[in-house]
Amino acid sequence: MSARVDVLVVGAGPGGMAAATVAAEAGRRVCLVDGGTAPGGQIWRGYSTPSASRSPHGREFVRWSERLQRSGCAVWQGWQVVDHPAEGVLRVERDGECRDVGYERLILATGARERFLPFPGWTLPGVMGAGGVQALMKAGLEARGRRVVVAGSGPLLLAVAAGLHDAGATVAGIYEQAAAGRLARFALRMLRHPGKLAEGAGYRLKTRKAAYRTGAWVVRAEGKDRVERVTVTDGRREWQVECDWLACGFHLVPNLELPLLLGCSVAGGYVAVDALQQSSVANVACVGELTGIGGLEKALAEGQIAGWAAAGREAQARAMTAEAGRGRRFGAELEAAFALREELRTLADAETVVCRCEDVPYGALAGKVGWREAKLHTRCGMGACQGRVCGAVTEFLFGWDAKSGRPPIYPALMSTMAEGAEETKAAAQRR
Amino acid sequence: MIAITVNGREVQVAPGTSVAAALLMAGEPSRLSVRGAPRAPLCGMGICMECRATVNGVLHQRTCQLLCAAGMEVVTG
Ligand SMILES: Cc1cc2nc3c(=O)[nH]c(=O)nc-3n(C[C@H](O)[C@H](O)[C@H](O)COP(=O)(O)OP(=O)(O)OC[C@H]3O[C@@H](n4cnc5c(N)ncnc54)[C@H](O)[C@@H]3O)c2cc1C
Ligand code: FES
Repeated sequence: MSARVDVLVVGAGPGGMAAATVAAEAGRRVCLVDGGTAPGGQIWRGYSTPSASRSPHGREFVRWSERLQRSGCAVWQGWQVVDHPAEGVLRVERDGECRDVGYERLILATGARERFLPFPGWTLPGVMGAGGVQALMKAGLEARGRRVVVAGSGPLLLAVAAGLHDAGATVAGIYEQAAAGRLARFALRMLRHPGKLAEGAGYRLKTRKAAYRTGAWVVRAEGKDRVERVTVTDGRREWQVECDWLACGFHLVPNLELPLLLGCSVAGGYVAVDALQQSSVANVACVGELTGIGGLEKALAEGQIAGWAAAGREAQARAMTAEAGRGRRFGAELEAAFALREELRTLADAETVVCRCEDVPYGALAGKVGWREAKLHTRCGMGACQGRVCGAVTEFLFGWDAKSGRPPIYPALMSTMAEGAEETKAAAQRR
Repeated sequence: MIAITVNGREVQVAPGTSVAAALLMAGEPSRLSVRGAPRAPLCGMGICMECRATVNGVLHQRTCQLLCAAGMEVVTG
């Protein structure tokens, strides 16, 4: 065993940072592990830089990261959890080194990823996720002078379009698949969340020169070696838009691999938890996007609840449950407003690749009875991403249950899986 | 600026740039699919594996999770 703590927290997004901070402040020995290059998770990605930390979101990130540092919590950045080798132990790996961490209480805050859907041409270079483009820009990708179509679904699209505009790109159109009526009802409900409404309006103001179409979606991307144009439809007519990049994502899906590996029950696509974020497994709590896509405030509130609860401070935990409830209701409203339309199930043709790792086309999957059969007969989901992309696709296209939590939950070295922490450490010393 | 090589060609990037971002700016696909089609980064956050390339001789590195460092040698395809 490389380390033993009272509370182990996985994921340094807002949910995990809040949980770890609060538990450490309450005097527990806490370790926070995160596979990314810097703390912050998705919404606070790249906020460690001085310029970003001056934005309103950035100031909130700085407040939490300073509190985290002062709390005495050990932060292990760049370590990916790959396995659960024994009761009360998680195995983590970084650059081929592996460690086992023992815990009394575990808090999972592994967040969400984008949902992608296949259409002809979606594998062309230059077709990226909407959040994908945002993440790549925060990692140095220059967008100046590029023509970019933003498409798919979800509140992220406007934020991404505004970011592209700020970076000097031309936003060649924003296409949101959700119908105008649903979005209008959503905007009305958002009157109760004025901050969020103002944020959305600010993004739209920046991108006002670009066409913003609701009830419209990309049916095809074309180009020689990379995307050069996309075909868009509103269900009645089709038109083409020239572009250098297509930034396209369909809202978010939770990263359930680790909760499933630990045996947590999932209901309606999310980890089932009680008012104190406790999952069906006795000493495991789950917070943030894992329990329902709901954004920053929900993740922070749930993280604090789980942190307090893990430290035995139930009264403080209960004091935050009303705020978490507000976040959950906002999440439910998001999900209803941006529900995916039926037409998106029919975009792929027989040759369209569904599993990008193994190049399995739609035609090979249609008619299969389920995910297991598809994996056995076509290798769909058997490649390097372990079904992280095509699993959510087949859930939407075919209604399969493609959720998986089998070790290693990230591609790990054979030695990590076979020998474990003590042996790899000894081997490293011999080297 | 930091200099790396992509398939032997020198590319200059700002500090803090991921290898995936450098590949996109250099116009180089990261890998060839099992049927030989060029692929480039999709998710930018370490889950899709489309950005894999050979970095300093190590195969299948997720380049979106790797920052450029001076003298780094990246080979795609
Ligand atoms: C691509 C993308 C872009 C987004 N952009 C915005 C935005 O601009 N504005 C907004 O309001 N919301 C945005 N969101 C929504 C975002 O999910 C929430 O706002 C918020 O960040 C959720 O917090 P969280 O703590 O639940 O998880 P996250 O912030 O997602 O953090 C999860 C963390 O867990 C780590 N992790 C996951 N699995 C493992 C493992 N096995 N081992 C170790 N570490 C692991 C990840 O590296 C990550 O750092 C975005 C989401 C995505 C997916
Ligand atoms: S771009 Fe998806 S894993 Fe790197």
